[in-house]
Amino acid sequence: MQKVFERPKSLNEKAFHYCPGCGHGIVHRMIAEAIDELGLQERTVLISPVGCSVFAYWYFTTDNVQAAHGRAPAVGTGLKRANPNSIVISYQGDGDLASSGTAEIIHAAARGENFTVVFINNAIYGMTGGQMAPTTLVGQTSSTSPYGRDPKFAGHPIHVSEMLATLKAPRYIERTATNNVTNLTRTKRAIKKALDLQNKGEGFTFVEVLCTCPTNWGMDPNEAVDWMESSLMPEYPLGVFRDVTKPEVK
Amino acid sequence: MKVLMKGNEALSEAAIRAGATLYFGYPITPQNEVGEYMSRRLPTIPGGAYIQAETEVASINMVYGATSTGRRAMTSSSSPGISLMMEGISYCAGAELPAVIVSIMRGGPGLGNINPEQADYFQAVKGGGHGSYRMVVLAPSSVQEMADLTVLAFDLADQYRNPVMVAADGNLGQMMEPVELAESYPNRFDHSSWALTGAKGREGHTITSIYLEADEMEAYIHKLYAKYAEIEQKETRHEEYLTEDAEVVIVAYGIVSRVVRSAVEQLREEGIKAGMVRPITLWPFPKAALHRLASQAKFFLSCEMSMGQMVEDVMLSVDGLRPVYFYGRSGGNVPTPAEVVAEVRKRM
Repeated sequence: MQKVFERPKSLNEKAFHYCPGCGHGIVHRMIAEAIDELGLQERTVLISPVGCSVFAYWYFTTDNVQAAHGRAPAVGTGLKRANPNSIVISYQGDGDLASSGTAEIIHAAARGENFTVVFINNAIYGMTGGQMAPTTLVGQTSSTSPYGRDPKFAGHPIHVSEMLATLKAPRYIERTATNNVTNLTRTKRAIKKALDLQNKGEGFTFVEVLCTCPTNWGMDPNEAVDWMESSLMPEYPLGVFRDVTKPEVK
Repeated sequence: MKVLMKGNEALSEAAIRAGATLYFGYPITPQNEVGEYMSRRLPTIPGGAYIQAETEVASINMVYGATSTGRRAMTSSSSPGISLMMEGISYCAGAELPAVIVSIMRGGPGLGNINPEQADYFQAVKGGGHGSYRMVVLAPSSVQEMADLTVLAFDLADQYRNPVMVAADGNLGQMMEPVELAESYPNRFDHSSWALTGAKGREGHTITSIYLEADEMEAYIHKLYAKYAEIEQKETRHEEYLTEDAEVVIVAYGIVSRVVRSAVEQLREEGIKAGMVRPITLWPFPKAALHRLASQAKFFLSCEMSMGQMVEDVMLSVDGLRPVYFYGRSGGNVPTPAEVVAEVRKRM
């Protein structure tokens, strides 16, 4: 019998610990598929952040390192500069990347570090129990914005992809989502493109993925997808924010 | 052949010759010569990399990433910058990474000033970062030792998979002395059993410091502490000067030990049997040597460029057997031999 679908080689058999309806498992699988399809498993080092995906390393058969909160792009810089032949993937959530780690992500991008960041944006802190994130929408309730995020004292959401796209060094920046099959396909394509560019030594690549967090949004998985489409996606438009071919050095 | 070098440059060249060709750092006085030296040298060395990081927080995390590959890497900074590295140092200890950190101590607290002090002893020796961990801390007292102890720092870091700090006051970073360096220093350590070099023909390696279950975490901490016990047993280093018959034992490290050496000689000329113990490892601290001397000494005097930090370890070592006094200067002032002599006379 012909096998038409199987577990990616880059994932082991462990069952994901994530909540029902969470986006992490889907994105993990897409990263693993992209690694496999590009033949990069034996060279890949995955950086697990602090947050729900702190244990991303439980699932990947690649080499793995766990980084301090927000520091993954600095850790990635060290990994890649020490071993330029490796494929480095920094997997980070929005609390990690857009709050604690703003300096690290901006400067890794500004230096054009040749690694790939997969940025999971679900507009809330997951592991600590649903607190307000820098990406939380105006009016969105969370355990630390119980009356809704009030821009008068809590400001407005940070748009990381747009912000990084103002820099000259990044090679490729795209925002995708996990709400339907079309966008899942785009997400997979974006991750694969980013890894392929890294493999060719073309520089900093960044894929932001809008994900659902039913548990901390207080919704069931279907409601969460609806809310992502009605509220999250208008605030965070999908698309390619930067895709430049490196100019030839003369 | 001896060459005249600044302490900061001597340690940089020694690190390079020990194979540490990855440097990550952020400018801060009085250690800027390290970054400047590395930025000149490393781009010319195959496989070498110098990065001026965005912060000291990033510097130490770049070292965390680079040492994860099994290669030698280092950072350097001074007091406020070392404060920023404390999170990363705890992570390096927790993940058992052989990071080398050079701390060129200046005046504090707060922004303080750029004059030399030894007031970051507690920070280096007593933790500084969070959690149950230990860091080996080496204290040079000459430009030659700035180089030699930096080489030793890499060897100890690699041998024990543990962060090692070279802690020197600003004087040692800035002053020039003749120094002799070997052409190269061998790196005999094989990290292939844990380093992140890609899971080719083997299972994936993982570097982490998180253990959710209480028993699992406790077992891991016990494993770390067994390692620390071995380091205490095998790697404690100190120098004794005229202690054979000493009735007054002065304890000093770094630049202060050179002042105290002169003070001991003056006291001897006056007929006072003084001697000095100079810790070379601040952790592990030479407890046994001080405890042994407690049986012959009338009292101990800890001399520091701080308001009294190492003195607490001297007290713990002497364990109440003899009085332990303290003399220190702050703000960038270095004790003079005359001040130390007067302090001893006062206690006689």
